Amino acid sequence: MQGDKTNVAFVAQNEKPALPAPVTTTGPMGWVMANLFSSPLNVLLTLIAGFMLVYSLPDLYQWAIAKAVWSASSYDECRSLSPDGACWAVVSERAGQFTYGFYPEHLRWRPNLAFLLLLVAIAPVLYKLPYRSALLAFTAIYPLIAYLLIWGGLFGFEFVPSDKMGGFLLTMIIGCTGISFSLPIGVMLALGRNSNMIFIKTICVGFIEFIRGVPLITLLFVASTLLNYFLPKGWDFDLILRVLIMVTLFASAYMAEVIRGGLAALPRGQYEAADALGLNYFQSMRLIILPQALKISIPGIVNTFIGLFKDTTLVSIIGLFDPLGIIQPILADPNWNGLVVELYVFVAAFFFIFCFAMSRYSMYLEGKLSTGDHR
Amino acid sequence: MSVVTSEGPEEFRVGMLWRDTRYRSYTFQIIALIAVMLIGSFLVTNIVSNLRDAGKDFNFSFLWEPASYDINQKLIEYTSRAPHWKAALVGILNTLLVAVLGCVTATVIGVFAGVLRLSKNWLISKIMSAYVEVARNVPVLLQILLVNSVFIGLLPKPKLSDPMLGGALVATNRGFYIPSVTTEAGSWLVFLVFCISVVGVFVLRRYAKRQQEQTGKRLPVGMLSLGILIVPALLAFFAAGMPLGLEYPELKGFNYKGGIHMRISLVALWLALSIYTGAFIAENVRAGIQAISKGQSEAAHALGLRSARTMRLIVLPQALRIIIPPMISNFLNLTKNSSLAIAVGYMDVTGTLGGITLNQTGRAMECVLLLMAFYLVTSLSISAAMNKYNHMVRIRGR
Amino acid sequence: MAQKILPAALVGILGMVAATTTQASTLEDVKARGMLHCAVSTGLAGFSFIDDKGEYRGFDVDYCRAVAAAVLGDPTKVKFTPTTGKTRFTALSSGEVDLLSRNTTWTFSRDVDLKFSFAGVSYYDGQGFMVPKSLGVESALELDGATVCIQTGTTTEANLADYFRANNMSYEPVPVEKNSEARQNYLAEACDVYTTDASGLAASRATFDKPDEHIILPEIISKEPLGPLVNQGDEQWADIARWTLNVLVEAEEKGITQANVEEMAKTATSPEIRRLLGAEGELGSKIGLPNDYVVQVIKATGNYGEIFARNLGEDTKIGLARGLNAQWTDGGLLYAQPYR
Repeated sequence: MQGDKTNVAFVAQNEKPALPAPVTTTGPMGWVMANLFSSPLNVLLTLIAGFMLVYSLPDLYQWAIAKAVWSASSYDECRSLSPDGACWAVVSERAGQFTYGFYPEHLRWRPNLAFLLLLVAIAPVLYKLPYRSALLAFTAIYPLIAYLLIWGGLFGFEFVPSDKMGGFLLTMIIGCTGISFSLPIGVMLALGRNSNMIFIKTICVGFIEFIRGVPLITLLFVASTLLNYFLPKGWDFDLILRVLIMVTLFASAYMAEVIRGGLAALPRGQYEAADALGLNYFQSMRLIILPQALKISIPGIVNTFIGLFKDTTLVSIIGLFDPLGIIQPILADPNWNGLVVELYVFVAAFFFIFCFAMSRYSMYLEGKLSTGDHR
Repeated sequence: MSVVTSEGPEEFRVGMLWRDTRYRSYTFQIIALIAVMLIGSFLVTNIVSNLRDAGKDFNFSFLWEPASYDINQKLIEYTSRAPHWKAALVGILNTLLVAVLGCVTATVIGVFAGVLRLSKNWLISKIMSAYVEVARNVPVLLQILLVNSVFIGLLPKPKLSDPMLGGALVATNRGFYIPSVTTEAGSWLVFLVFCISVVGVFVLRRYAKRQQEQTGKRLPVGMLSLGILIVPALLAFFAAGMPLGLEYPELKGFNYKGGIHMRISLVALWLALSIYTGAFIAENVRAGIQAISKGQSEAAHALGLRSARTMRLIVLPQALRIIIPPMISNFLNLTKNSSLAIAVGYMDVTGTLGGITLNQTGRAMECVLLLMAFYLVTSLSISAAMNKYNHMVRIRGR
Repeated sequence: MAQKILPAALVGILGMVAATTTQASTLEDVKARGMLHCAVSTGLAGFSFIDDKGEYRGFDVDYCRAVAAAVLGDPTKVKFTPTTGKTRFTALSSGEVDLLSRNTTWTFSRDVDLKFSFAGVSYYDGQGFMVPKSLGVESALELDGATVCIQTGTTTEANLADYFRANNMSYEPVPVEKNSEARQNYLAEACDVYTTDASGLAASRATFDKPDEHIILPEIISKEPLGPLVNQGDEQWADIARWTLNVLVEAEEKGITQANVEEMAKTATSPEIRRLLGAEGELGSKIGLPNDYVVQVIKATGNYGEIFARNLGEDTKIGLARGLNAQWTDGGLLYAQPYR
């Protein structure tokens, strides 16, 4: 019987090699089919987009890179070197002003050092490092060091008045101050708004809604020109200081709303649990509520930071020489007459790099923190 | 066994003001109240004494004096002899115009970019990601100035310009010109018929829906409504002797005359605000769609709905609940950002009331106060509308 | 409990803030801070601009330096605040700056209604129009329907409205904030005409690539006496501003220059010059300045003629003739009040 079976039936002794998948579903071809031409609509979209890219990118490349002029001493020279390329020469020519404004040249090591120290100061906040507490102590005193380095006037440092500051230095000053002060103020405002003390709540709500209801430019206008009406005669407030205060208050109001969202998202049980443990208000906020609420609000907080950083350009309207404002004296310079777009594009690129990096960091942080939930 | 007796009503001591939770909140509030009042009265007395020292008063009668400046873009009748309040009103209307235009285009751009960013088409989704990242991370003021400069630098001056689309669109570095509609006697008939048609379409839609619910038959609603909208209006148009016409822009003297003139400042502001806000809306739309559980679209596919239909009938209606609140706060931001109009010389309310009027009359306090009041009222009314909407669409008890 | 404490707190606070503030004079303020706060324009060649070293230079700037030299004895002790036509008056009236030197027209309403004191006229000007030659326009009366670039917040706006209204012409204003924006628009021919003070037109034209291709139309449609101004209410400070300007003009009339001022202070015999330079009498200290403040001023900036020649004169790129701004002895309008 067994012998019969071996005669009539065929049993494969070894596996047949698998055929390769159809060429249209694997490899580059498959990728193209799946990701570019999966349906008639997609074919159309791909073709339109591809056509637009082919049409515009080479021209853009020619203008911005291939035919661009990188060093020249005037716009005329740029034009004579390359009539239809970008003239980036102005950026290298005025790099000092773009970076420092009119900060005295022999003292520029001071803001440089301040910037390096800033990196040291924010490193322990951003990443978990060894010797964290020592580094954090440095972070805490960093504002004083930065103030001393940038303005000087003490310990033999030459004093540099505020109106000499400009360019990216000014952006960094306003941005960093605003960011570091708006978070704590925002937390206080958010807690105040959620408080059941009716009067405190009213103040906070009024403040937040007022600040969020008016454009920043009107607040800056008040800071730059009207503020003296509100102060006694003879009080002399530095313009940059006023702008710092206004920008910080502005960002705090937005921050407060972001954090309030985080507080609202916490389950009621967390508050009740904190109360049940017998923690008082500050303990429960510090140990239970805020760590969770802040974690939830991180994307919003970073977005507010990015917004604040971008809003620093508005100070050019009230006559400060931030990167956008520093363009004005360049435009007024006969040598660089008629050159506008390159300057704007350069400043835009700077802001893009900074803000994009911040948003990427926020995504990284979100990812890192959310893994904690899956323990 | 010892008996614990309560000591009766506790005596009040000063220390309890901050140690006892019963009194502490009062203490805090009173301290806050005192601080606020101190700051407030400090500021007010300063204003009063500073104004007195400068020999100025605080009143709004300047609003009725002639403005004596011209405004290029005016939606209502205005000459340089009109009072300042009218100049402010022209500015307010210009602000609202660019805000409304901007909100509409930003929404269109945002919804498209947000949906396409999730597209399976690699090229499209990458392009949309690039757009969103670039537009979100560059300051809006810079975008406005850049668009303005590019328009002024690249578009031809009127004498050299070339009318496009058979004269219907002229692009110059002073603005874009499109035809305007002229009305003659009898045009009211066309408008009336058209309005009736619009009502008719609504009635048709309701009828078609009921039909479908009762019998399962679907009427060709799209074609029918189009017919209802066009045919009677067209008949009325010819019956009334063609009272409506198009006025094309024509080069006369220095500039194009006739048609609708959209100035470069308006277009630059409008475009830049739409691009900027559109990117934020795109992110909201994407987040909203991704928040809808995948099971929803799988269920829709299982029912045999195609992708486009799944999106339109299943996903978007649910996602809207998540998308709309942040979208409205984006609209709010757009309206506030429109105050950057002064950077390109668009005469919005910041440019008229907060600019020229302020400067000519020297009434800085009054003008800035009015300006802030305008923006506050606008923002607060939009937020109020939003809260009402949120209340309406929230998912009710389950 | 709150109800009882509230009224008590209110009364207490109101009592505290009722205390009046004492007011220091501007001169004392400036001396105390050792720095003069001066508002200038954001950038107009010849009048006020920032050179590549970040220093302010120009006609209006030199006046600020002259005041600083008079008050503080040092022309570098000035903090310049760049202002646009729009922000300048608020900056001055709020006390943000002590002095506004930004080719500002002396008008009735600014003097009376805005509560400023003009220190005098530093430049006699008038509003004109500049057009590209290729436009083929020779008179402002041919500008019906033109697009006009105009700086907002200036008298030019109202002048323009009045002029076109009076001549029954229409125009399309393109408002700009800063001179650089005006130039960008004008050179791209986004506007046909640029209107501002004739001096400003000449200054702008001087910075063009091809200045010859633009003409300034013959019509001057307004009187624009430009001058520095201060807030009303501090007569001493207004006097200092007024007499600093006057002595600049007077020094030119008397032939006192940056080069010879120290020499003359010692050797001059004419009582007029000796009085002016503080060698005789106590005139300087009467307005609260050092007696030799005029020497400091002239040493710092030179006389009116030197300031003009350095910033605007025919040897500069801007190349303005003295015209109305010559001394009265040369047929101009400059006529300094007697210094005695």
